[in-house]
Amino acid sequence: MTTQSQNPPSGLRQRSQTEKSLDSGFVWLTRIFAFAIAFTLLWIAGQVFVGAIPAIQKFGLGFLGKSAWNPVNDDYGVLPQVYGTLMSAFIGLLIAVPIGVGTAVILSENFLPPKVKLVLVFLVELLAAIPSVVYGIWGIFVLIPPLTSFGKWLNASFGFLPIFSTPPTGPNLLVAGFILAIMTLPIITAISRDALISVPPSLRQAAIGLGATRWETILKVLIPAAFSGIVGAVMLALGRAMGETMAVTMLIGNSNNISTSLFAPSNTISSLLANQFAEASGLQVSALMYAALVLFILTLIVNILAELVVLRVKRL
Amino acid sequence: MASTNFSENSPSGYSSGSLTRAPSSPRTMFNTIMTAVAFICALMAVIPLVAVLGYVIFKGFSSLNLSVFTELPPPPLRKGGGFGNAILGTILMVGIAAAISIPLGVMAAIYLTEFSSGKTARVIRFATNVLSGVPSIIAGVFAYGIIVLTLNKLGLGSYSALAGGAALSILMLPIILRTTDEALQLVSQDLRQAAVGIGATKFQTVSQVVLPAALPAIVTGSTLAIARASGETAPLLFTALFSPFWPDGLFKPTASLAVLVYNYAISPFKNWQSLAWAASLILVLLVLLTSIITRWATRQKV
Repeated sequence: MTTQSQNPPSGLRQRSQTEKSLDSGFVWLTRIFAFAIAFTLLWIAGQVFVGAIPAIQKFGLGFLGKSAWNPVNDDYGVLPQVYGTLMSAFIGLLIAVPIGVGTAVILSENFLPPKVKLVLVFLVELLAAIPSVVYGIWGIFVLIPPLTSFGKWLNASFGFLPIFSTPPTGPNLLVAGFILAIMTLPIITAISRDALISVPPSLRQAAIGLGATRWETILKVLIPAAFSGIVGAVMLALGRAMGETMAVTMLIGNSNNISTSLFAPSNTISSLLANQFAEASGLQVSALMYAALVLFILTLIVNILAELVVLRVKRL
Repeated sequence: MASTNFSENSPSGYSSGSLTRAPSSPRTMFNTIMTAVAFICALMAVIPLVAVLGYVIFKGFSSLNLSVFTELPPPPLRKGGGFGNAILGTILMVGIAAAISIPLGVMAAIYLTEFSSGKTARVIRFATNVLSGVPSIIAGVFAYGIIVLTLNKLGLGSYSALAGGAALSILMLPIILRTTDEALQLVSQDLRQAAVGIGATKFQTVSQVVLPAALPAIVTGSTLAIARASGETAPLLFTALFSPFWPDGLFKPTASLAVLVYNYAISPFKNWQSLAWAASLILVLLVLLTSIITRWATRQKV
């Protein structure tokens, strides 16, 4: 037999055909699963796009620039939601970036003994683990009351400024920004810390050797060297803030208006989806799918850019 | 005196002939102030955690009792009752999500570390990272599109535990894939070579040598993913919806702890709000305990 002649003479057993095909079947199975995960991303995009087609045909790109949400007349536009999404994320990052980078410096320098630092790292990690809906209920009962009275004072004293021009009545854009700051803080801190730690020690030694103080070293050498990593961290946080749903929905007031005031209730795309999807029907579902597509594309762009930046930093 | 004229004479803050910077020099003061500012930042990062945990534990424990675990939600304004159905619903849906995402994620990670070329692995890892950044509400929209609408067409139902579980699995997949991927990469190459050397097939190498070595880390990752998924609300809002009754099969609207917190927190009724706090406490304790246990289990590596 031909197969016998190929057998090695040492008496080693040739693997049977079933054994071989089982083995390559296993490899193929893992390969299919791996590609399925990458494919899921496209599948999500496709599914949301197909659902949005009727609304895209009816409203076109004007959907993005129109502020109407009227299920009775089937007239929809997402300008206020896009504005609210970007503004709340911006406020959140404005608060979280300085605090996050400052914390990252503390956690990467040797201010504290390693054990204390480890505990702090763990605590910041925990901040990311608390469910969004818990931040929401906490915000409603703990954050809103003091912020409302503080906002009333700001409105009374500085009401001539457009950003304080309306009296706060509870949920508003600023509260949502605050909670987003808390929720994005762990991402910014963790990734900035990684970036700061991976700066080559020789840079620090050279700066100190030239007579720089610790903070001159941090501000003029370490942070510039870690800058792209910090940018990546901020962009990942931006993506997270734009997509965050529950806490924002519970705190932003869900009103489809654009106001320059930070104390006015507002809305985000994700809150719109959370509030309306379950009761929607007909063209409204499609309009919501279109809004979801807008959110998906926005976060996808931000996340892809962030991943590319972080990836580049890791390779350096 | 040297100490009086250094500030005019030398901008560096050193008096001539001395290697000690004067404590009152602008450079030293700037240094001290920045250190203080950074410590304040770190403090401000920890305060919210303490505030949230403290308040949830305080409010939650005061509304927690045994009937919470066994009874159905009460009508508004009536005392007592619980959310046994929501606990069961959360377990059911997270179970479905785990059953989908753990095998898929682990198998995919095996492909990435054991069988793939570097380039494909990079592309798939990149896609996984991007997938983990997809907003959770989009996972809900996706599950609505593929499961709720399909069930509707088939006449099997619409909003269901199945759809909720599928939406959660989208969120768990990237976490499980990434932690398994990292765990498999840490398994020493010698083990694989030894297995192949004694004649093991690829399947035998992976299933009897590599996977057992990485098992603790895979279990840790999956546990974390399960804890995270139990707190997810957005993907369940319009896939599983909510129900005041006990779960009734996979094709019916199903209650979950997270959606219960949302619905009851924004309700005007005191008794519902206190149930929401009790449910938040359970979610937070779940995350807290799993985080501490996994941290403890992996502490040698840190």
